[in-house]
Amino acid sequence: MKTMTEIRWHGRGGQGAKTASQLLADAAFMAGKYVQSFPEYGPERSGAPITAYNRISEERCPIHSNIYEPDYVAVVDETLLESVDVTAGLSESGAVVINTAKSPEELRPLLHGYAGRVCTIDARSISLKCLGAYFPNTPMLAAVVRVSGVVEADEFLREMEESFRHKFAKKPQVIDGNLNCLRLAMDMVKEA
Amino acid sequence: MSIRERLSGNEAIATAMRQINPDVFAMFPITPSTEIPQYYAQYVADGRVDTEFICVESEHSALSACLGAEAAGCRAVTATSSAGLSYMNEVLYVAASLRLPVVLAVSCRALTGPININHDYSDSLAERDSGFIQLYAENNQEVYDNYLMAHRIAEHPDVRLPLMVCEDGFITSHAIENIELEEDAAVAAFAGQYCPENYLLKKENPLAVGPYGISAYYMEARVAQANAMANAKQVILDVAADFEKTFGRSYGFFESYRMADAEIAMLIMGSSAGTAKAAVDELRNEGVKAGLIKLRVFRPFPGEELAAALKNCLAVAVMDKSEGFSACGGPLFAETAGACFNLEKRPKMIDIVYGLGGRDFTVKAAKEVYARLSDIVKTGETGPVYSHMGQRGADF
Repeated sequence: MKTMTEIRWHGRGGQGAKTASQLLADAAFMAGKYVQSFPEYGPERSGAPITAYNRISEERCPIHSNIYEPDYVAVVDETLLESVDVTAGLSESGAVVINTAKSPEELRPLLHGYAGRVCTIDARSISLKCLGAYFPNTPMLAAVVRVSGVVEADEFLREMEESFRHKFAKKPQVIDGNLNCLRLAMDMVKEA
Repeated sequence: MSIRERLSGNEAIATAMRQINPDVFAMFPITPSTEIPQYYAQYVADGRVDTEFICVESEHSALSACLGAEAAGCRAVTATSSAGLSYMNEVLYVAASLRLPVVLAVSCRALTGPININHDYSDSLAERDSGFIQLYAENNQEVYDNYLMAHRIAEHPDVRLPLMVCEDGFITSHAIENIELEEDAAVAAFAGQYCPENYLLKKENPLAVGPYGISAYYMEARVAQANAMANAKQVILDVAADFEKTFGRSYGFFESYRMADAEIAMLIMGSSAGTAKAAVDELRNEGVKAGLIKLRVFRPFPGEELAAALKNCLAVAVMDKSEGFSACGGPLFAETAGACFNLEKRPKMIDIVYGLGGRDFTVKAAKEVYARLSDIVKTGETGPVYSHMGQRGADF
């Protein structure tokens, strides 16, 4: 039985892929799991492709290498599909989650023959609607939780509310917007 | 009661420092250790510590400021990486020879060139002759625990030597993982207070620090320093025993993993040891008698103990995460082979240089190393003693 879930995030510097990976680790940690969240670092610059990773397991994971055969892949910026083979090594029983306004059917031809589930989430419109600005990582986080099931949905929302109340203690006006962002994103995932 | 948390390695170190609340933290930032003083600056701003936090203009000055503070009888700390550690080089030797127990956190990172910000041990292992005690960690829990023990080891009257607490740059310094933290009061009680009996500003018995050592005295000072490093071995074990009694987690010079009946074994340091343990588990399931030793204490080097732990193996791979440019093997290999030389019956031993500048080390790569050891056992041929793995056009 597989006791560990491995997730790889693709984004561009400044979009918050690393933060999303840390928030996912937070949620899984609060649900009682062992977590790892780590970025792959190079000379950082805004807009350059970056990768971040999660391992989520029932027991401490001793492995400290990058992840080459993930169960799930999250793509925070769809323009990466042109330059990065995002589904490389991705389990066919897993899924790729892409931030886009397009449908899964439109994107599948760009995925180098990946035969597993293709899920899309329009993080831009959700973020603009709930937060009034474009922060793709919050809706992406919810979509990844929804698709992967690493944390049960209601538990995830409860924990994130607590986390936001702590994180935004000095900016309480943004808490509701972020929570709405998560709820809406969980309902808006499309799959093919 | 320990506290279930999730922290990066850098935040774990900063947390341990906050709980110990040293008198002086002199800082100059460098990737990937920068977060340590960054977190600490917040603790200072929030009034959670009463440390004198000094922003200086270079790493050379950071360690020099720590020396001044230690000579005045204070507990002083700093953090650095890579070129920053190299820039401290001159002062490292001064700290050790003045017997000032500064604790230095190192997020280990490659040295230039080519310029690179990622992990290997070329920075810390280049300082193996500096006279610092060096502790290494597989994960954030171990780096936190090593830090909790660091001051007591360094400041012990039988030792009085500075100490490096080493973590793996980015791989553990920036990875968030589960960790068991201890309560502030319990850590403060365990670390105790630094009360040197003599120091620069003690008016009843003022002390000269750093006088010239003429030939008639220099060697005595160096031998006394060498004896202190030898004494550190027992103190490291004693502090670990008290740590286990207090907090429940057990540490020695190294961890032996599935070594009891191991025929082939790897000697390895840091986060890669965890990855290699997963390979050992897979091989054991396949019936291969593989084992692993993870070195925690590089200085003082536990040569006799390592030789005893390896003596029943048939073949051993020493994994060096720094090149060393000796043209006959890395620093860990040189010391391990030396330590085993006088064994009546010793294993065949190879050196593999890997993981330079952040080159990833995977479970698959670890299994390739064990496959090579199995070949050596089967054929009786050692093959190339010194090779590199993971690069384009790999040696094997």
